[in-house]
Amino acid sequence: MRLAEAWRVALGALRANRLRSGLTMLGVVIGVAAVVVLVAIGTGTRYEVERQVEGLGSNLLLVFPGEANFTAAPAVSRLTLADVEAVAQVVGDRDRVAVQVASGETVRADDASRFTSVLGVLDTTPQVFVRDLRRGSYLTRSDVDTARRVVVLGSRVAQDLFGEREPIGSQVTIAGVRFRVVGVFASIGQGLGVDRDDQVHIPVTTAHRLLGTERIDAIAVRAPDRSAIDSLGDQIVAELRERHPETEFSAVTQEEIIGVLGDILGILTWVLAAIAGISLLVGGVGVSNIMLVSVRERVREIGLRKAVGARPRDIGVQFLLEAVLLTSLGGVLGIGLGVGSALLAAELSPVPAAVTGWSMALAFGVSAAVGIAFGVIPAQRAGRLDPVTALRSE
Amino acid sequence: MTVAPAIEADAVWRTYPMGATTVTALRGVSLRVEPGDYLAVVGPSGSGKSTLMHLLGGLDQPTGGRLAIGGRDVATLTPNQLAQLRNQLVGFVFQSFHLLPRTSAVDNVALPLVYRGTSARARRQRAAAMLGEVGLSHRLDHRPNQLSGGEQQRVAIARALVTDPSVLLADEPTGNLDTATGEAVLGLLERLNRSSGVAVVLVTHDREVAARASRQIVMRDGQVVEQVVG
Repeated sequence: MRLAEAWRVALGALRANRLRSGLTMLGVVIGVAAVVVLVAIGTGTRYEVERQVEGLGSNLLLVFPGEANFTAAPAVSRLTLADVEAVAQVVGDRDRVAVQVASGETVRADDASRFTSVLGVLDTTPQVFVRDLRRGSYLTRSDVDTARRVVVLGSRVAQDLFGEREPIGSQVTIAGVRFRVVGVFASIGQGLGVDRDDQVHIPVTTAHRLLGTERIDAIAVRAPDRSAIDSLGDQIVAELRERHPETEFSAVTQEEIIGVLGDILGILTWVLAAIAGISLLVGGVGVSNIMLVSVRERVREIGLRKAVGARPRDIGVQFLLEAVLLTSLGGVLGIGLGVGSALLAAELSPVPAAVTGWSMALAFGVSAAVGIAFGVIPAQRAGRLDPVTALRSE
Repeated sequence: MTVAPAIEADAVWRTYPMGATTVTALRGVSLRVEPGDYLAVVGPSGSGKSTLMHLLGGLDQPTGGRLAIGGRDVATLTPNQLAQLRNQLVGFVFQSFHLLPRTSAVDNVALPLVYRGTSARARRQRAAAMLGEVGLSHRLDHRPNQLSGGEQQRVAIARALVTDPSVLLADEPTGNLDTATGEAVLGLLERLNRSSGVAVVLVTHDREVAARASRQIVMRDGQVVEQVVG
C-alpha cells in the first residue's frame, strides 16, 4: 500500500470517531501545551532576571560584608563612610563609588503617606547605576557633605503622595523629620525582587543622623572597563579586610550574579519541562489505550483487508500512522495552545514568558515520538491478527 | 493440452490445538479447481467446508498434505507472499458481506487495488466499471447502510472480481438474503462465471443452491464423501 493511501485511511479512521479522537488528542494537547508554557515561563524568568541585573549598569562590582553565597545569612555590616573613602582611594575616582544604607520608614506629605524604603546614598549614585530622573535634580555633593534634609522620590512614592500635584519644592516628613523634595525618578520597575519605584533617596549623612547609625550596608563600584573588574574587586576586598580583619568581605560582578542565577533558573526550567513531560507521557498512554480499543473494534475490517491482500506490514503501518497522526495533530494544537497561553500570561500577569523555538520543536518531536512508541504495540497486534479469526469475530 | 489447475489440494489436513487436545477440521481432502469451474462444496455445518474455503483462498495454511494455489505450494510462502497471492489470484465473497462501513460502494470495491498500488484514479475507474457489471452503476457513492442486502452482496462480488482473479470463493453468499434476492445473486455469479471465465467455488449447506453448480463436492466430518458431476 502506498504511504499516501495509508495517510488517507488513517485520517478517515480518526474522522470516523471524531469525539474519541478528539478526547484522546486532548491528552496530548494538554501535555504539549504544558511543556511549552512551563518552559516559556522558566525561560522568561531567566531573561527577566538577566535583564534586571544588566539594567543595574555595566561593569558593576558589588561589595558587601559576608560571603558571596546566596544561601548564607546576611552578615552584620561594619562598613562606615571611612571605609568608603578608603575604597574610593583604591578606585582612584570618587565618582565611581556608590553606597547604600537602607531602612523602611513612613513618608508623609499632608494627608497622604506611604511606607517605603529609605536609602541613604552618595550623590554619585546616578553615575554608578542607571537611574533617570523625571523631574528636578539629584542629590548634590554639598547635600551629602552638609547632611541636608533633601529627598529624591521614586515614581510610585511621588504618585502616592502628590498625585497630579507638583512635588518639587514640596515638604515631606520621613520618620517625622521634614525633608524638601528635589527630584523624582523616572519609573524603572523591578530589580532583583525590589520595586525600585517604591523607594526614596536621601544623603547618606542625613540617613545616618536620622537612623542613629554609622553603618554602610553595601558599596557599589563601577569599574572603568571590563578587564579591570576582577583585579579591582580583589584590591577592594584586600583593603577592607585590612581595615576589618575580623570580617569577611566579598566583591561580585554582574556577570557572576547572572551566571549563578542563570544556572539556578536553567535547572528550574528543565525541572518544569520534566514535570510537563510526565503529563505528555500520560497523554501517550491514553493514545496507546485508544489504539488498542480501535484495533479490537476493527478486527473484522482488519480481517477483510487481509483477505483482499493487505500484508501484515500494511495493517501495522495503517494503525501506527493513526497513532502518529493523533499525537502530531495533538502536538500542533498543543503548541498553539501553549504559545497562546504563554503570550496571554505574559500580557495579563506579571509572569514573564518567553516562547522559544527549541521548546516547541522538543514538544512536537516528543509528541510524535510518543505516538510511535505507544502506537507500535497496538499496530503490531493488528498486523499479526489471524485473518480467519478476524473475519469470524463479531 | 492440459491447463494447470487454479487450485490443487492433495490429501490436505487441518488440525487445531484446542487446549490439551487437537481438533481435526479436515482429514485428507483432495480436490482440483480447474479454470472456469463452477464448483459447490456442500455439507452440514461443522463438516469443514468453511475451513476448506479458507485454505483454498490462502487465508490459512494446511497442517498436512499439499496445497497449491496458482501452481505455488502455499507451505513455501511467507505471510507477505501469501497476502500477495490472495490479492492476485483469489476473490472472497462472505455470507455477511464484510463491507467497510462509512465507505462508499466504489471505495469498497476498489479496496483490493489499494494493496497492489494502483493509482486512485485508475482504482475508481476500474471499481466503477465493476459495479456496472453487477448492475450498480447508480449506487457508486452509496454507503453500505444505504444499500439493500442484495445490493451489498453485489458490491462484495464486484470487490471480489475487481482484481480479475482466477478463483472466486463464496461462503454462503445467499445465507443472509431472502429467496428472490439470493436467486438473483446466484444468477449473477453464474453469469460472471460464464462471461469472465473466473472459477467459482460456492460453499453452502443448501442442496438446492449446490445443485446449480456443474460439480458438487459433498463433505462430512472433514472428509469429501461424494463428488457429483451435474
